[in-house]
Amino acid sequence: MRQAGVWGLAWKRFRRDRLGFTSLIVVLFYAALVLAAAAGWLARDWNTEAGVSFAPPSFLGPEAADSPQLAKAAEGAQPVADYGIPDPLAADLAEIAKSMTGGAAGQSRAPTLPLGGDKWGRDVLKKVVKGTETSLVVGLAAAVLATFLGTVFGALAGFRGGAVDDFFNWLYSVFTAIPYLLLVLAVAAVIGQKGVLTVILILGLTGWTGIFRLVRAEYLKHKVREYVLAADAIGASPARRMFVHILPNVSHVVLVQLSLHVVLFIKSEVILTFLGFGVGVDTVSWGSMLAEAGSELLLGKWWQLTVATVAMALLVTAFSLFTDAMRDALDPRLK
Amino acid sequence: MLAYTLRRLWQFVPTLAGVVLLVFFLFNWVGGDPAYLLAGKIPNPETIANIRKQLGVDEPYAVQLWIFVKQVLSGDFGVSWSTNERVSEIFASRLGPSLTVLVPLLAISTLLGMAAAMLVAYVRGSLTDRAVMVACTVGQSISILVYILVFQYLLAYQLGWFPVQGWGVTFIDNLLRYAVLAIIVGVAVSLAPDIRLYRTFFLDEINQDYVRTARAKGLSERRVMWVHVLRNAAIPIVTNVLLQLPGLLAGAFLIERFFGIPGIGREVILAVERSDFPIIKAVTVYVAVATMVINLLADLLYKAIDPRVVLK
Repeated sequence: MRQAGVWGLAWKRFRRDRLGFTSLIVVLFYAALVLAAAAGWLARDWNTEAGVSFAPPSFLGPEAADSPQLAKAAEGAQPVADYGIPDPLAADLAEIAKSMTGGAAGQSRAPTLPLGGDKWGRDVLKKVVKGTETSLVVGLAAAVLATFLGTVFGALAGFRGGAVDDFFNWLYSVFTAIPYLLLVLAVAAVIGQKGVLTVILILGLTGWTGIFRLVRAEYLKHKVREYVLAADAIGASPARRMFVHILPNVSHVVLVQLSLHVVLFIKSEVILTFLGFGVGVDTVSWGSMLAEAGSELLLGKWWQLTVATVAMALLVTAFSLFTDAMRDALDPRLK
Repeated sequence: MLAYTLRRLWQFVPTLAGVVLLVFFLFNWVGGDPAYLLAGKIPNPETIANIRKQLGVDEPYAVQLWIFVKQVLSGDFGVSWSTNERVSEIFASRLGPSLTVLVPLLAISTLLGMAAAMLVAYVRGSLTDRAVMVACTVGQSISILVYILVFQYLLAYQLGWFPVQGWGVTFIDNLLRYAVLAIIVGVAVSLAPDIRLYRTFFLDEINQDYVRTARAKGLSERRVMWVHVLRNAAIPIVTNVLLQLPGLLAGAFLIERFFGIPGIGREVILAVERSDFPIIKAVTVYVAVATMVINLLADLLYKAIDPRVVLK
């Protein structure tokens, strides 16, 4: 009979965690959404001004948006659940709108949009799909970069020891002496350039310290274990011992850290973009949606804020719960 | 203890040197020539040359670095590029408002977080525990921006309980009128991560032998929790609060900006927006020093309240 490997056992434990498993499904749903958006199947035309300015969500109807009671009542409802229900008045209203604008504009603008429109009448639903793509890609890419740096630095410092260890510890103490957000802002200030790639670089190059500390500790522990000494005895080179022998044995730590940092960087991207140091104006992300939502809220247009918040909270919650479940599954001693 | 403190202070030197090098590398090398930023849209060569001379960026890098080191050692970072105010004066005047918000914020969120964490740790594994933990995870998933926007809109704009933003003249007026909403938002944001972290501290203590002993000798549950467990769990909590302080000083910038509080955080944001390098450089160095000092203080405090701790 074949014995289950460490990953097989972890998967078995993970599947038993119902909350974690549900979270994984939500995360996979987001991943599918992002892939579809990246391939251009979804939300390609998010930048077109499809509706009237501040078009209310379809389930409210065109005029109801001004009534705060209705707005409040609808706030509790799940926006996604209402998507797809046809508005019985839509045809009539479109005609009225057409006659009011004179019908000369070439194409008519929709009076309502599935989840509402922004100041320029762009569809919030399409914006949030495209924004999810931007935010998730930034979070993932920055986390991969930070994890790569942290793992390589930590492996070198822990395995080599001596002067190499001293150097990386010094680098670590320098980077952690400056509070994380201040460091990010300082780097953003000198780079002074916007864009997805800039944000990924800023977050990735400043965010490796936590991973470094953990990976270094793991390498210190593992390098004197018998299997590594045995590998040394049969003539495995230091690089081979570091990355072929030890790395798989600490990969669970790396994986959990990667996952934690995705969440951290998604949140950081939102703040950076909100402050105007993040992705450019031609890109939509959750941060840029929230930045617009601030002034919209004062006009009573709550939908963009709600949609962006729900989209972000759902993913970040699912990702956090998934990370917790993954950590428990990979390291059963913790529980 | 003294030998340890001296050794730690000695270790500040390479770290601070590294911070100085990093800041110098970022602002004087990566940042490029600031003269073009300051000269406006249509610079002529004369203006550029003048500004470069005025800022000292026409000197070789080694000389510039020496000037920066002298600035760090003397604590005099010159004047702001955008307002010509002395950087040291900017700090002196912005520290008060920052602390007016931060000290009550930290005190309230720590006390509330501790109480809630002790409660859920006591009923660990129950439905309440799990529900609170999931609620905390959801609460942490919502961006701080949303908390600020929604609280400001509902409590200040719609209900009118607080001024939307602003800052007064007297300390009492500021604390009781202008800082209140900022403090409420700050507490709401920090409660979820605090409860999660402090819960693990309490759980570590609840399973210890001394708790079983205390119960075995017939102490009431109330006394076991509030006296025995609380005092032991308070040690990592106090350290944690202390360690948060330097990050918060510059990190509360979103709250300070939205509520119009003229603190250090808002100054940082303004400086980043205006490319006002002297201010950002000074903040980074000051906060790095504060972080190192507070880390040392936290370790010494740890030793002072827990004699079992051995400092290496």
